[in-house]
Amino acid sequence: MQPMDTTSTSGAGITSIGSYIPRTRLSRKAIAAANSWANPGLVGRGKGHRAVCSHDEDAITMAVAAARAAQAAGCRDVVQVLQFASTTLPFADRQNAGIIREALSLPSALRTLDVTGSLRCATSALIAALESRETQLLIAADKRRTLPASTLEMSVGDAGAAVITGQHNVLAHYLGSYSSAIDMTDHYRAQHAEFDYQLEERWVRDEGLLKIIPEAISQLLETLAVAGSEISHLVLPGVDSKTGSAIATHCGIAGTAISNNLELECGTSGCAHPLLMLNHVLENAQPGDKILLIGFGQGCDALLFRATELVTRLHTEQPLQKLLNSGVEDDNYQRYLSINQLVELDWGMRAERDNRTSQSAFFRHRSTVTGFIGGRCTHCDTPQFPRRPICANPECRRSGEQHDEPFKDKRATVKSYTEDWLALCYNPPLKYGNVRFEGGGVVMMEFADFAVGEVQVGTPLRMVFRIKDEDSKRGFRRYFWKAAPCLGAS
Amino acid sequence: MAQGIKDKVVIIGMGCTRFGEHWGSSAEDLIVESFSEALSDAGIERDLLEAAWFGLSVDEQNLGKSALSLSETLRLPNIPATRVENMCATGTEALRGAVYGVASGACDIALALGVDKLKDTGYGGLPERTKGTFDDLWSPSATAPGSFAQLASAYSARHNISMQKLKQAMAHVSWKSHENGFLNQKAHLRSRTTIEKILAAPTIAYPLGLFDCCGVSDGSACAIVCTPEKAAELGKTGTLVSIKSMQLALSNGSELSHDSWDGSYALTTRVAAARAYREAGIEDPVSNLDLVEVHDCFSITELVTMEDLGLSDTGNACDDILAGKFDATGKVPCNIDGGLKCFGHPIGATGLRMAYELYLQLQGRAGQRQLDRPRTGLTHNLGGFPNKNVCSVSILGLYENDGYR
Repeated sequence: MQPMDTTSTSGAGITSIGSYIPRTRLSRKAIAAANSWANPGLVGRGKGHRAVCSHDEDAITMAVAAARAAQAAGCRDVVQVLQFASTTLPFADRQNAGIIREALSLPSALRTLDVTGSLRCATSALIAALESRETQLLIAADKRRTLPASTLEMSVGDAGAAVITGQHNVLAHYLGSYSSAIDMTDHYRAQHAEFDYQLEERWVRDEGLLKIIPEAISQLLETLAVAGSEISHLVLPGVDSKTGSAIATHCGIAGTAISNNLELECGTSGCAHPLLMLNHVLENAQPGDKILLIGFGQGCDALLFRATELVTRLHTEQPLQKLLNSGVEDDNYQRYLSINQLVELDWGMRAERDNRTSQSAFFRHRSTVTGFIGGRCTHCDTPQFPRRPICANPECRRSGEQHDEPFKDKRATVKSYTEDWLALCYNPPLKYGNVRFEGGGVVMMEFADFAVGEVQVGTPLRMVFRIKDEDSKRGFRRYFWKAAPCLGAS
Repeated sequence: MAQGIKDKVVIIGMGCTRFGEHWGSSAEDLIVESFSEALSDAGIERDLLEAAWFGLSVDEQNLGKSALSLSETLRLPNIPATRVENMCATGTEALRGAVYGVASGACDIALALGVDKLKDTGYGGLPERTKGTFDDLWSPSATAPGSFAQLASAYSARHNISMQKLKQAMAHVSWKSHENGFLNQKAHLRSRTTIEKILAAPTIAYPLGLFDCCGVSDGSACAIVCTPEKAAELGKTGTLVSIKSMQLALSNGSELSHDSWDGSYALTTRVAAARAYREAGIEDPVSNLDLVEVHDCFSITELVTMEDLGLSDTGNACDDILAGKFDATGKVPCNIDGGLKCFGHPIGATGLRMAYELYLQLQGRAGQRQLDRPRTGLTHNLGGFPNKNVCSVSILGLYENDGYR
């Protein structure tokens, strides 16, 4: 049943959307300059930037950031399901969605699941969420490693996006979807492979993109009795403009409807890219606009949405556009290689430190560490982190009576800082300092995303979820929160 | 009301190895060297020792846990021996153990010995260590220079003093210590340097440069203490050095989690100093103290310590330092032996090394570095991080000399 009233905001749809793009944008010119000796063809692709994770980011940290952006953008409904879509899940068996739930401090009584295995896993999960009519939080993030000097290295970028689905106050109604499953090996990555294996672009285009996508679109439009000319936005993730035009033409969709594929701005972010592009579209879409979202990968998902009046809520802030605009250009290709473990630098004996985690201690303290939950004294009201048995306020010192006090959404400022070149950090210097939280509480913590010389006493901060340490011996990764610059504050 | 330990314990012998990179010596060799000097200085038989306190901090790169290594190395006659560890105050804690043992009347003669062998890590700086199962989960992977460097940013902001001026004063601190250490045969670094060279050194942890950081070294120091009565019985009639006070203050988490501390000073130093001055009867530290040995792990630490000990007014340390107030010829010579800057910092030995310098100076035995008839001095250690630390302040002076200058 499609709601016919264009002013209605009830019925299955998207209630909120948010994204995350790492601050560092590697210049493709720098990639081409470093590798054109081996592959001169890269020079022609040396335009724009690809968003790259810092040394302390992965699909999980990007997912947490994207989910928080979606939460901030509106919807306050209680989430019933949390899905995490990624083809680069940090853990093969330790539910990644479960880590994200702890980081977001959502209730433990929640259905959580990881979806993976294809670049269209996020669009497939989105269909499931929308068809369920539940309030679901679907997050997608990918950090795909690529071989140096490959064409994929030029096109890929790291990012995450999150959608909240529901029945009320929707920004965009879900009108329907069509899915096909076709085992086309245009690329694949075997279980333990580090990189994608890519097939010839011309074959992928002619036999894949130009056949599988138009077929899905036609099927969907036919079922919904919607003409191609009615489509205002065609979201074709990872499809170049020439191929995009061919697809649009074939389906009777106006060429002007083809959405910016964000290739120049940040690169193609794997399974997250459909949601990232959808977010970008929604920040500019008009009420009533029909949006056709495509997910391609061993088949195709096609979803049709119609924007409601609530979509204009995204127009003023345009958080994704802000993220796109607030990148910091980096032309240090060697650093990118090192952070992505594509080249091994000598980090000295300090890198031999054993980062073994006491799992029983971690389990005991998981809400403190993963959720950044401190305490608030019931007597003197002083917020404090970490929560200890006795109040930290020198004037109070009462024991045993503290409420949970979340710190992750507090604003903060730098109280003292350093840039430490001696400490082990895979993107030196290690920056850290004492952080003063608005409303009380001080924590000495690491900083994230600051350039050298950027931190000052008094600099405003926000909290971000990041990798704290890596235990390469046991394949474990631990996460905590770091203090990052406020967007647009610098 | 406790009376404190003033003049209840005297030092009758001390020893100290040269501090440095003792590639060819083990910790046992260093223990024997400092002990032998102390024993011969005291002029007593080893078997007169009734109890021992052993300061050893980094057991991973050293002799392992417990005081067994001390007992075995010195073949002590099965006396009670206890290993103490309290970060950078470890050496002073060994001395406090021995002094409290004697002051309590539990024994007449006791040994305090500290040692650390940091150069067996294989790299520069202090070894990487765990902070504990919980803190490792969230606490920054900070280093000592990085933790203390934050004092500089907070101090600069708090007192509205430019980083440039602060760095000048910090450079003066290091320059002064190099001048002093140049004259000390037991120091690790024995070279003079220039302010220009200090300021041009590579950054270790902003704003600290290489010369703002103390060295890392191996070393041992040792003291033999007893009651004044026992000293008289042993025929010690010359200049006797006694303990006037020994105080310790530990952070309780206020600096770590509460905003009542602004990050620009060491809270514990202020607490420990007030208590130590009261116990020793010191009313005006600038006039009463003839020399101080403070914990200059980093130049900025020494700078703020001048204020925390009441030797400079708050916000005035830069001016005082640049005016030479703490130089060898200044009003209150600071780190006349070269300090941690030139000795390096074998953690278990450092506090005792500071006491060793006071002991020599008070007895007029400091050679080229000898100050003009000092009567009272202070040692200070600050271990850990500025927001989480152990601080010791001790006053040593001439026995039964209450006439502070």
